[in-house]
Amino acid sequence: MTGLLILIVVVLLGVAIWQLTKIFDLTQVGRVADKSEIANEKDNNVNGYLMFGFLGFIYIFTIYSLLKWGHLVLGTPASEHGKDYDNLMMISMVLIFFVQTITQALLHYFAFKYRGQKDTKALYFADNDKLEFIWTIIPVIVLAGLILYGLYAWTNIMFVDEEEEVIYVELYAKQFSWEARYGGDDNALGKANVRFIEGINTVGVDMSDPNAQDDKIVNELHLPVGKKVVFKIRSQDVLHSAYMPHFRAQMNCVPGMVTQFAFTPTVTTDQMRQDPAIVEKVANINIIRAKKSAELVAKGETALDPYTFDYLLLCNKICGPSHYNMQMKIVVESEADYKKWLKEKPTLASAIKDANKAAAPAPAAASEAKAPAAAAPVADTTKVLAQVVKK
Amino acid sequence: MSAVGHDINHEHDHGHEHHHKDTFITKYIFSIDHKMIAKQYLITGIVMGIIGIVMSLLFRMQIAWPEESFKIFNVLLGDKFAPGGVMRNDIYLALVTIHGTIMVFFVLTAGLSGTFSNLLIPLQIGARDMASGFMNMVSYWLFFLSSVIMIISLFVESGPASAGWTIYPPLSALPQAIPGSGTGMTLWLVSMAIFIASSLMGSLNYVVTVINLRTKGMSMTRLPLTIWAFFITAVIGIVSFPVLLSAALLLIFDRSFGTSFFLSDIFISGEVLHYQGGSPVLFEHLFWFLGHPEVYIVILPAMGITSEIIATNARKPIFGYRAMITSILAIAFLSTIVWGHHMFVSGMNPFLGSVFTFTTLLIAIPSAVKAFNYITTLWKGNLQLNPAMLFCIGFVSTFITGGLTGIILGDSTLDINVHDTYFVIAHFHLVMGISALYGMFAGIYHWFPKMFGRMMNKNLGYIHFWVTAVCAYGVFFPMHFIGMAGLPRRYYTNTAFPLFDDLADVNVLITMFALIGAAFQLVFLWNFFYSIFKGQRATQNPWRSNTLEWTTPVEHIHGNWPGEIPEVYRWSYDYSKPGHDEDFVPQNVPMKPGEEQLHH
Repeated sequence: MTGLLILIVVVLLGVAIWQLTKIFDLTQVGRVADKSEIANEKDNNVNGYLMFGFLGFIYIFTIYSLLKWGHLVLGTPASEHGKDYDNLMMISMVLIFFVQTITQALLHYFAFKYRGQKDTKALYFADNDKLEFIWTIIPVIVLAGLILYGLYAWTNIMFVDEEEEVIYVELYAKQFSWEARYGGDDNALGKANVRFIEGINTVGVDMSDPNAQDDKIVNELHLPVGKKVVFKIRSQDVLHSAYMPHFRAQMNCVPGMVTQFAFTPTVTTDQMRQDPAIVEKVANINIIRAKKSAELVAKGETALDPYTFDYLLLCNKICGPSHYNMQMKIVVESEADYKKWLKEKPTLASAIKDANKAAAPAPAAASEAKAPAAAAPVADTTKVLAQVVKK
Repeated sequence: MSAVGHDINHEHDHGHEHHHKDTFITKYIFSIDHKMIAKQYLITGIVMGIIGIVMSLLFRMQIAWPEESFKIFNVLLGDKFAPGGVMRNDIYLALVTIHGTIMVFFVLTAGLSGTFSNLLIPLQIGARDMASGFMNMVSYWLFFLSSVIMIISLFVESGPASAGWTIYPPLSALPQAIPGSGTGMTLWLVSMAIFIASSLMGSLNYVVTVINLRTKGMSMTRLPLTIWAFFITAVIGIVSFPVLLSAALLLIFDRSFGTSFFLSDIFISGEVLHYQGGSPVLFEHLFWFLGHPEVYIVILPAMGITSEIIATNARKPIFGYRAMITSILAIAFLSTIVWGHHMFVSGMNPFLGSVFTFTTLLIAIPSAVKAFNYITTLWKGNLQLNPAMLFCIGFVSTFITGGLTGIILGDSTLDINVHDTYFVIAHFHLVMGISALYGMFAGIYHWFPKMFGRMMNKNLGYIHFWVTAVCAYGVFFPMHFIGMAGLPRRYYTNTAFPLFDDLADVNVLITMFALIGAAFQLVFLWNFFYSIFKGQRATQNPWRSNTLEWTTPVEHIHGNWPGEIPEVYRWSYDYSKPGHDEDFVPQNVPMKPGEEQLHH
């Protein structure tokens, strides 16, 4: 019924507009008998002024957007390369706004200034080599600068120097959650393949690999501040993308392949919560949430929790129905806190032992279930690419 | 193939000796006349466009008012896809996917190129018809068939394809991963395979026609820029579409015959699948080898149309004709070596990222040259602000706004944090979506008299343009901000992240603009269909244009010109040339004694 009503309203709206233009046409009757559908001088005038007005609209809308939504843009970067990133972004943005302002002004001003008039003739101006040379060479120079700066930053980010002391962390994606695996005391990740997935060994670690014994699997990512972290990224089912916007970091998770991204966190979670922009953002979000909560409570539903800032890992590659809710909390803390946290986590080997003990009443079933997996020869075809190790 | 064209030429040169009677079926349905085929493409494109735009409104409503119940969802999507009027989360992805597919391929490739290449190539180069009228007809009917299959896929029980218009495997290969990857995806692949066949037949025809059937005196450097654009577009299509076909075929193999081209080491629904050794990244390479040239397949015809209409309505030669051709060629060449900029964070070797950054930013140069040349063409013109002209100025405006952010996305470093966010949505909708749509609207308003022998109402055209222009900025400009706030695209709702709560207002505003903008497209539809039957009768050359299509009679006839095909003596941009009384000199007017060619 509502659908039909909407349809009727839409049709009536169409008719109304049609009638309006008819009236508009009729008001012209008394004047020149110009019923042509080709623009006349009056049309040129009206639309010329509108073109000029539209330039105003673009400018005002841009300024309004910057004032109203400028604060939404990600603030202080939380990683070492983030500063370079933001710097390059700022340079590009300033350049874009400059070019946008000038070109839109010229375009719309010319459309207004040279609107057609009777008895004027356009200038026959077909080409000018000098002009064309100028506006070919200027973009060349500007872009050359941008390309050089961009490539310099890209090289710094993507080519990891493994000489320095780094922490290896595996990010493991699946529909629709994340897990992380730490190398443990030896800081070396054991081999893994989805064919080893079994019980609580949810990321498919090869338990016959000596490096795997002290690996730890967790559901919350903790990172020590000021230490370079090299993420080895895997997916068990479809493409995902590990997106950590506050760190200016992103890399796809590709089944059958280990991808890599590395960065150094520079701001702890606690410090970031003190960041003026974040304080303001959180306060603003809490006002919104309080309003929403009031509505929910009125409807008899539970209120929303107040928001406190946390770094997040989001999925940023379409991965299925619940793609919109695939997240993991990231905590950046002092190295001491990080070590303490990690120490408390059980190793995968001990966790598996505990799980088997718990399942002891049915040892036959457990070993039976385990047998085929152990017997099947697993060829590790996983490729490692995506980031190059500097030699 | 050219023989067919010459036969038609021959027949007509001898003054209609054989009058073959057209039945309704040969005239309106299985027509081999390029003008009728153009109209068929246009109407089909408009119908598909309505479907694509309505879908975007539905998912925009879901984003603005997440998980709310709307009667309209229930009416349009049914109880299964929108139980109780609440859109299901996988159906949201299905709508996003089909919206992208329809708009990119069915509207802006077939609807735009199919319409105007077919209409204008023979008319503007002075040919009786396309090189192969039969192949042209088959091309349209394959397009029609693929459209029908795509629409049928909306009604299968498990839902239409839902893996995004880029259909990256494994998501698109595994029904366990998302229901839409079952029958819906199969139909999507079948539809696209047929679409590619249709597109290739069309493109081959355009290329052969432009090379072989130009009238006497129509050298390549006298061709209108529309024809140059359509010609190069067709070449890009021939080079890149087959690669998508191969990707689609390999994906069909992976889905149905158990091969592992794109799949490896997958554990899903509690079991390990047998796939081993394939790579989704390979699919991404194959897809974007078409996918990126595709955006130029979409934008170049719009640029061609804009060049023509701006020059005609500015009553001034297009500025830098040769530079325009050079830029089209440069864009075409570069377009085939920049696909990797869609894959900076795909797991591709970062060295390749550097290479693709370099080639991608190079493409800004010919694009900038084109924009500057358009602006210079307006300078000191005598602008006739017809609706078509407004859309062309709008084209330049959105092309600049959208194109500039390409500098950010094309830079591998900056792409890291805005990749797959709303920033990308804002960029490509402005630079290729809205711009190409503007090109299409401009073409329709401008060549409507040629297609239907009647004029569209200009006042409705003005209302259509101004509301669309404001709404287009209203929809896509704010998206830059929410993208830079880190909001990923293709999220069913943003409520799972309190972090994004402060973006909700912006999303409501965007949806409002989208709804208003879409409602005013009804003005266009009304104007279009009403004018076909009741519009003011057109004169032969309403816009006082130089190109050859306006030398044909208003009533369509087979073979286009009743007598001899006109001979061409000059380029198509002699507007306001000194030494002539009128402010336009059609291409078939011989040079006066002593008249000089004032351009080079």
